[in-house]
Amino acid sequence: MSANELIVCENVSLGYEGQSVLTGLDLTIRAGDYLCIVGDNGSGKSTLLRGLLGLIAPQSGTIRRAPELEKGAVGYLPQQTKAQKDFPATVFEVVLSGCLNRKGMRFFYTSAQKSEALMNMGKLGILELKGQSYRDLSGGQQQRVLLARALCAASRLLILDEPITGLDPAAAQDLYKTLAYLNKTEGMAVVMVTHDLKAALRSARTVLHIGRRGTFLGTPAEYLASPQGKRFQDELTSGPSSTENNSSANQRSVCGGKGGAREHVQLSPQAEAKQSRLCDDAGRRFQEEQP
Amino acid sequence: MNILQMFSYPFMQRALIAGVLVSLCAALLGVSLVLKRYSMIGDGLSHVSFGALAIAVALGVTPLWFSIPVVILAAFLLLRVADNPRWNSDAAIAVMSASSLAVGILVISLTTGMTTDVDNYMFGSVLAMTKTDVVLAVVLCAAVLVLFILFYHKLFAITFDENFSRATGLKVSRYNTLLAILTALTIVLGMRMMGAMLISSLVIFPALTAMRLFRSFRGVVVCAAVTSVLCFCMGLTISFAFSTPVGATVVAANLTLFLLSCLFRLLRR
Repeated sequence: MSANELIVCENVSLGYEGQSVLTGLDLTIRAGDYLCIVGDNGSGKSTLLRGLLGLIAPQSGTIRRAPELEKGAVGYLPQQTKAQKDFPATVFEVVLSGCLNRKGMRFFYTSAQKSEALMNMGKLGILELKGQSYRDLSGGQQQRVLLARALCAASRLLILDEPITGLDPAAAQDLYKTLAYLNKTEGMAVVMVTHDLKAALRSARTVLHIGRRGTFLGTPAEYLASPQGKRFQDELTSGPSSTENNSSANQRSVCGGKGGAREHVQLSPQAEAKQSRLCDDAGRRFQEEQP
Repeated sequence: MNILQMFSYPFMQRALIAGVLVSLCAALLGVSLVLKRYSMIGDGLSHVSFGALAIAVALGVTPLWFSIPVVILAAFLLLRVADNPRWNSDAAIAVMSASSLAVGILVISLTTGMTTDVDNYMFGSVLAMTKTDVVLAVVLCAAVLVLFILFYHKLFAITFDENFSRATGLKVSRYNTLLAILTALTIVLGMRMMGAMLISSLVIFPALTAMRLFRSFRGVVVCAAVTSVLCFCMGLTISFAFSTPVGATVVAANLTLFLLSCLFRLLRR
C-alpha cells in the first residue's frame, strides 16, 4: 500500500459467529479523507468500525492497515459508556491516557508526552479545564476531552462512533467545526459513523451508506441522487434552515425519478458520476453550505 | 488503656497484619472493580469461597490451597459472563452465589453438622488467621502493590474506557484477568476474618467513599487505600474493646465513613 493510504478494504465481509453483517465492501481511506458512514440501525456500521480498528478480523477479503495503525496509533472516539458519566478522573488524566500506545515498555509518562497532551488540550480549547473532574463537565466538553485524547493517540486518522449522541445542537455544531478544522489544517483523516445526515453531508467529502438495500460509496451529492440517499432529500430540504425550497423542488423530482428505479447496489464510478451530473444542482446546494 | 495490651496477643497481631494488608489490596482493586461496574463479581466470589471452604474442611485439606484455585476459576467464569453481552450477568452471578452457598451449607450439615463453624465462615472470626494466612497476605499485598504501581496508567485507561484501550493496542482481557485473579486471592484471604457475607464490603465501600471526596483518579485510589486501612484498624480496635464480631464492626466503620462522605459532598454543593 502507498504512503498516503491508511486503510484498504478489499472485498471485505464482516460479521459475528459465521453470520455476515456486511459483504463485498471495497473501501480505501487515505490521508486527509473525510468519510461519513451512514445507514440504518443494525446495518453493520459499528461492525465496520470494529473491522477498521482491527478489533475483529474479516470473514473474507482483506483489510490492510498502515503500519502505524497496527501499532495502535488510531485516534478512536468511542461512544460514551454509562460508567464514564460519573467517573472520577481529571481532564488531564483522561487526555494523557491517549499517549499510552506509545509508552512501550515504559511504565510512566515522559515529559514530552505530558506536553503533547497539554498541546492537544490547547488545540481543542480545554486547557483551562485541566484540573477539573471529567464527570463535572458538560456533554460537549466531555467530547472535546475524548477528542484531545484521540489526538494524543494518533496524528493521521480519527475514527468517531456517533460523536454527537447526547450533545445539544450548539455543541454538535462546535464539534463539526473542530473536526473540519483538524481535517483541513492538520490533514487529519476523519472517519465518522453518524445519524446526523444533514451535518454529515455538509462536511463529509465521501459518504458510505451501508444497509440491506446495498452499499453506496460516493460524494454527498452523488449520495443524495442514489437510491439509498434519495429518500433523505425531502427531510433535508424541508428543514427551516433551508432557503432554497422552491428552487430545489424541481431538481428533486428529477433526482427522484432517476433514483426511483430502485435497482441498485454498488454503483460503478462511471455510473455514479453520470448520475451525479444529472442531479448536480441539488447536490451543489449542500456543497455551498459547507463551512 | 488496653490498646497496647491488645496487641500483646499473637492472634491479634496476626489479625492486624493480615487485615491491614488485605484491606489495602481490596481497596486498590475495588476502585477499578466499582468503576467498571464489576462490584457484584466481588460479592459472587465471596459466596463461591464459602462453598469452597466448606468442601475443603469436609475433605480435610488445607482450606487455602483448595479455595484459591476454585475461586480463581470462578473469577474467570464470572468475568466471561459479565463481558458477554448475550448473558444476563446479574442473574448469572446471583445464581452462582446462591448455588455455592447452598452447596457449602449442604456439605457442612452432612459432615460436621451446623456448628459454630458455619457462623465463623459466614460472619468471620478474629481467631481465624493462621501464620500461613499472614505470610500469604504479605506476599499477595506485595504483588498487588507492585502490579498496581507498574500498571497504574494502563489500569486507569482500561477502567476508564475499554474500547479505546483495545483500539489503541492494549491487551485488555489480559489486565481484566489479572484483576480477577488478584481479587479472588484477596477475597479468599480476607474471608476467614471478615466472613463470606461481609468481605465484599471491603472491596466496595472504600472506593465509594473515596469517589465522593475526590475528583481525580489518583486522589480516589489513595483515599480508598487510606480509608480502608483506617476503617479496618478502627473496626478491629472497637471489636476488641466491646467484644463485637470483627467483620461486622469493620463494615460498620466503613459505613460510617461512607455516610460522612455523602454528607460532606452534600454540604459542598
